[in-house]
Amino acid sequence: MNIATGMRRRDFFKAGAALGGGLLISFYLPELSGTSETDRAKETFAPNAFIRIGTDDSVTIIVNKAEMGQGVYTSMPMLIAEELEADWSRIRVESAPVDPAYNHAVFGIQMTGGSTSVNSEWERLRKAGAMARMMLIAAAAQTWNVNAQSCRAESGYVIHAASNRRLSFGALADSAVKMEPPKEVVLKDPKDYKLIGKPTHRLDTPSKINGTAQFGLDVRIPGMLTAVLARPPVFGAKAVRINDEKAKSVPGVAAVVSVRAGVAVVASGFWPAKLGRDALDIVWEEGPNATLSTASLREQYANLAKTPGAVARKDGDPTQTLASAAKQVTAEYEVPYLAHAMMEPLNCLVDLRSDRCEIWTGTQFQTVDRAAAAAVAGLKPEQVQIHTTLLGGGFGRRANPVSDFVVEAVEVAKAVGAPVKVIWTREDDIRGGWYRPMWYDRLAAGLDAAGNPVAWTHTIVGQSILAGTMFESVMVKNGIDGSSVEGAAELPYAIPNVLVDLHSPKVGVPVQWWRSVGHSHTGFVVESFLDELAHTAGKDPYEFRRALLAHQPRYLGVLELAASKAKWGAPLPGGRARGIAVHFSFDSYVAQVAEASVADDGTVRVHRVVCAVDCGRVVNPDTVVAQMEGGIIFGLTAALKGEITLERGRVQQRNFHDYPMLRMNEAPDIEVYIVPSTEHPTGVGEPGVPAVAPAVANAIFAATGKRVRRLPVRASDLRKA
Amino acid sequence: MIALNVNRRQYSVDVDPATPLLWVIRENIGLAGTKYGCGMAQCGACTVHIDGEAVRSCVTPVSRAAGKIVTTIEGLSADLSHPLQQAWIAEDVPQCGYCQSGQIMSAAVLLRENSKPTDSDIDDAMSGNICRCGTYPRIRRAIRRAAQLMASGGAK
Ligand code: FES
Ligand code: FES
Repeated sequence: MNIATGMRRRDFFKAGAALGGGLLISFYLPELSGTSETDRAKETFAPNAFIRIGTDDSVTIIVNKAEMGQGVYTSMPMLIAEELEADWSRIRVESAPVDPAYNHAVFGIQMTGGSTSVNSEWERLRKAGAMARMMLIAAAAQTWNVNAQSCRAESGYVIHAASNRRLSFGALADSAVKMEPPKEVVLKDPKDYKLIGKPTHRLDTPSKINGTAQFGLDVRIPGMLTAVLARPPVFGAKAVRINDEKAKSVPGVAAVVSVRAGVAVVASGFWPAKLGRDALDIVWEEGPNATLSTASLREQYANLAKTPGAVARKDGDPTQTLASAAKQVTAEYEVPYLAHAMMEPLNCLVDLRSDRCEIWTGTQFQTVDRAAAAAVAGLKPEQVQIHTTLLGGGFGRRANPVSDFVVEAVEVAKAVGAPVKVIWTREDDIRGGWYRPMWYDRLAAGLDAAGNPVAWTHTIVGQSILAGTMFESVMVKNGIDGSSVEGAAELPYAIPNVLVDLHSPKVGVPVQWWRSVGHSHTGFVVESFLDELAHTAGKDPYEFRRALLAHQPRYLGVLELAASKAKWGAPLPGGRARGIAVHFSFDSYVAQVAEASVADDGTVRVHRVVCAVDCGRVVNPDTVVAQMEGGIIFGLTAALKGEITLERGRVQQRNFHDYPMLRMNEAPDIEVYIVPSTEHPTGVGEPGVPAVAPAVANAIFAATGKRVRRLPVRASDLRKA
Repeated sequence: MIALNVNRRQYSVDVDPATPLLWVIRENIGLAGTKYGCGMAQCGACTVHIDGEAVRSCVTPVSRAAGKIVTTIEGLSADLSHPLQQAWIAEDVPQCGYCQSGQIMSAAVLLRENSKPTDSDIDDAMSGNICRCGTYPRIRRAIRRAAQLMASGGAK
């Protein structure tokens, strides 16, 4: 979901329109089309779909983005409050219902993803705030019978300085409703910002440290049952014989029902449902995926990588230049399937009635989920209401193209005839597919006699995450899924001859976007291979990059900042070495320097990561820092630990003991530096991820002379002989 | 019927004694701040105190809590006044927040036993708690800050 190019933005919008949510609303401020909210709006001043001001001076911001840790419940209100001149301490946040008014301002459906929340709402929400402010000022001016120009708003009041009068927003709410909405709004001069650009405490912290924050898993409604599913042992397997006698004898089990996703045991609570699920005796028809194995996929991919694929980029004559280059370097890289493993396992609560359906879940994909739920329920999308709870992590998994976790819950509720919450166990989550694809890359480069790269070829092999989805027709062009080659096709280095091509084999493992999507693999491959070239040329990897990025000021900006803060080149204590990497993703530039050491037994320890980020103008600097920290830990987990493997069609991992996460004792010190910028704000949720694996791999090379070309890093490859 | 004392209140629940305490707390008692993350003592999201000791409630049969004092995140303080909560706010620790109840309950035992934890004390006490969002650097800072707050009598 890279929106780096206008082309792809428009494509996504078209995909959204095809879903029936396609009202483009970037340049006007929507009102709600639904009815339920507008009744309430009468009592207060609700000038647009994002703001409600109560006569009690409360300011409620309706946030159309899912809060999954990235801080949108703070950054979105900041955009509005800045222009509204609201009293920040009175801001409350509500999650938006599903309504076209809340569609993504670029993608045209209601969703959260692609590190686009601030990027896409930057204009609209500031305008929403400014519009409300102007109406409040107009109301005050009318009350006082003065010129609106002589009034200003500040901290929740409209003030007429000349007469030393003031009225609170709450006191003005009733009269502001009657004001004509302004045709045009004037936005503040950035030098006058009071909130934007200032470190601002998250509004959701108190509820997340006293147990009151409500995640999907926490929602309870009267009469609700809980279901746990027996899911196929092999992707696509079908249950052909079910013996549910034992399951039904578990006290608390109410029903056993079959749905497309598997066999659901429905009970009074999670525990009896899980005991019942474990007691099911099912014969599965395993189907064609029963022969899948990681070993055979590797072999197939490695063979494909030797053949030409669909061309994603071609500059000059790479093949010829390569053949005649003074020095040639070739390498193969590979990375495994990865599970998102959000801390909160998937869950979805459905209350299905004959004429309506209510859903409580943590989702990133409201429009898609609502359409899918309606189709299963036999209702119109407008009859389906989704309450978006807090998300205990998302990382892309909760934006599922077929709404898997929502659809199955509607099916179970339909079969049972009662409100049901489906809960995934951790094992269901780890084995449930929708992974970051496994990738295999083959690269070759030619250097001239002076050590300058003159040719670069990069063949990528891996599944398309868009193939077979509703997004395929508009987002896959000429056999190229842009998300497969992002971060590779836009190779920024000054190399005159470049070829990037792609094979997209069809494999029966469901795959999906995973925090930083294609960049999660291309960042590692491109920045590792470039490091190989630097060493082959006998040049310092930092200086080598600098020279090749001389025409790329924003790349250079982060690269130089990270290098200087990390004291690139200065001696390090005992066995430590540095590695550097720079990567552009989600319209942001990130460079990282990692300090790592390798023990005799091959164990890698990452001590410190220094990160520089240029994400344009910053709304909440503390959120940018937090997202870089989180992205680095997420990327380190993948680099050092993450691997989903298949044997006889079965996923070999089950839970955190064999799909481990980085822990406190392994977390490096992290320093984040932000490049000051007045450019349009860009992504921060994902861009922290891609650079860390190559920075660490490059540090490992600097420490040991051993090149890591396969993730996760294996101690056995690095052990001292 | 099993008698439980949770956050200084008495409950009596009618469940299979082998049911994990986690689900009894969440579903029978209705305190949802204690989280399910793995169900096999791997992640710490379900951490509560039994008689002051941190336990993984997902693998603790409810019968083990009978007659003991159980404290959950909801019982840590009535008003966010616990030094750990104050430090968590000051450092803006949570991202998604899902792991944070467990993190704080583990940290509370650490600080009670060790008012000046070193980095390696923090590692030892906190490495059983996973944070997928990667808030470890902030958790570390917040624990140090809470220790200072306690030393200076700043909170509670
Ligand atoms: S849920 Fe208990 S340790 Fe993970
Ligand atoms: S804050 Fe999300 S898992 Fe820790």
